[in-house]
Amino acid sequence: MRPSGAVATSAARPATGTISTRILRGLNRTPVHIALAIVALVWLAPTIGLLVTSFRPRSDIQATGWWATITTLRFTLVNYQDVFAAQGMGRAFLNSVIISVPSTLLPLAICSFAAYGFSWLRFRFRDTLFLIVVALMMVPVQLGFIPLLQLFKPFHLTQGYGAIWLAHTAFALPFGIFLLRNFFITLPKDLIEAARIDGSSEFGIFRNIVVPLSVPAIAAYGIFQFLWVWNDLLMSLIFVGNNENYPMTIQLNNLLGQYGTEWHLLAAGAFILMFAPLAVFVSLQRYFVQGLLAGSVK
Amino acid sequence: MTATSQPTSLSTPRIGGGSRSPQFERTGFSTVALFLLPAVLLLLVFLVGPVLFTIRLSLDRGLGGNLTRFVGFDNYVNLFGDSTFIQAIVNNVLWLVFYTGFVLGLGLIVAVIAMRVRYEAIIKGIVFLPMAIAATALAVIWDFVYANDPGIGLLNALIAVFHGPAVSWLGDPGIVNAALIAVGIWGSTGFATVILSAALKSIPTEILEAARIDGANEFQIFRRIILPMVSLPMSVLAVTLTVNVIKLFDIPYVMTGGGPGTASRVIAFQMYVQGFQSGQYGQAAAVAIVMLLIMTPIMAFNIRRFRSSAVV
Repeated sequence: MRPSGAVATSAARPATGTISTRILRGLNRTPVHIALAIVALVWLAPTIGLLVTSFRPRSDIQATGWWATITTLRFTLVNYQDVFAAQGMGRAFLNSVIISVPSTLLPLAICSFAAYGFSWLRFRFRDTLFLIVVALMMVPVQLGFIPLLQLFKPFHLTQGYGAIWLAHTAFALPFGIFLLRNFFITLPKDLIEAARIDGSSEFGIFRNIVVPLSVPAIAAYGIFQFLWVWNDLLMSLIFVGNNENYPMTIQLNNLLGQYGTEWHLLAAGAFILMFAPLAVFVSLQRYFVQGLLAGSVK
Repeated sequence: MTATSQPTSLSTPRIGGGSRSPQFERTGFSTVALFLLPAVLLLLVFLVGPVLFTIRLSLDRGLGGNLTRFVGFDNYVNLFGDSTFIQAIVNNVLWLVFYTGFVLGLGLIVAVIAMRVRYEAIIKGIVFLPMAIAATALAVIWDFVYANDPGIGLLNALIAVFHGPAVSWLGDPGIVNAALIAVGIWGSTGFATVILSAALKSIPTEILEAARIDGANEFQIFRRIILPMVSLPMSVLAVTLTVNVIKLFDIPYVMTGGGPGTASRVIAFQMYVQGFQSGQYGQAAAVAIVMLLIMTPIMAFNIRRFRSSAVV
């Protein structure tokens, strides 16, 4: 039996506090490991089940549960081919990219500009205006649905991507401005004053000082916004009127409605939808967690 | 902990306080316009205007989404006389109690237990992963787990092992809400774990050591030290989870379509159905306003908290 780690001993620093740890009363760790194994099982089994299913031949899926794969070990990529080509998931993947990229970059640019204005420019009613922007964070997207549809109708914006871009951008602004302004304002004042004295323009300060120093915050917000849009279903249901332009969330939901028991298609479709978030999660985990935590007030 | 966690207390010009340094000098109008005009215009046209219109629309018959006839508070009266709307609110309350409660409880338990092992980061990663996934994909994952056929659905397969009858998890009005809430809990627990774990790490080791030397047992340490230390992040999380519940749409929409019947409908779902499936736009606007009214005090609390502590 190994001695129990102190509650506050971080796993990353196993060496620290070893003396105190040793003198602390030991606790048998076996129940801890068992509990964590159960946790891991409960959180992994559903996803792994679907992942395994997405690679199984249709006939196998109909015959046995995914847990039977251990004895058969037959895998195929046909499901992915099928759902990607024949079931329109390829087209929907492209649509998700076309919707998500501008819906991330536009708010990122507009929010950065506005946040700079609210943190470092001086003008009348600045703080009042900022307070109004912050108050708009409270508005649920539902309040925009009907009026925006009416507004977009004469321009046929829901037939293209215009409506969804504009809707995502507008509803991202209050939170984005709030978040970035709260970061920009922590930058050292002397730095910005010095640049002003040196004759730098406000745009120059913004581009050469504020943005480079704020990369972590901007990245965290960008990732949050990208995933928000990528994973969104409701806004697309409202603002994407042309089924040629459906993103993957809608397409997958349609597959579910049409082929509720065709698990080979649904499983592969779900993993295509998960591809981007998982890639972001693995490659940019630090910013990713920050972005999600920062987004927790949205 | 995060990039944005610098203290904002000293150098921060607070709202209303202003940054009135001696060399206070106004920026030229064209510069202010360059930075702010895009945001202000978009907000006015696509947010402020629509909010005002929706308020007005909620007092109107609203045929086709236009202002057709002023009806006063009729839409609201109809709404609260409508049993499906009441059911949606009851379901939101169920979500609020059980989803929030379990996410907080499980999140804390996992955070406390995982701290004791070296593979803590892996456990936290596993539990956090569903946060990244679209609710639509979560719904498919769990549709699969809940499938009626014991040759497909994991849960019914487990029941079959013990020779029990297959349960229709999503087809039984008495079970469906619990089944959906479980999916929500599964999806959000990692979020609570990550936040609470960070809070736990901030507890000074000396306090715990002192308590142990004084003969406190693990349960007492949990009750008397850990619990009070995480109470603030817990309350912050509770607010966030409450906002999630009010905005909840995807999981019921994808997994059950609000059914069986109307058994698993929630407010946001009701707004969608009323406006975009039944064409009762005035009524739908009223639902949206109810959502705004519920949301306002919660978000006000949230913003004040964010400003004062810069937790994130």
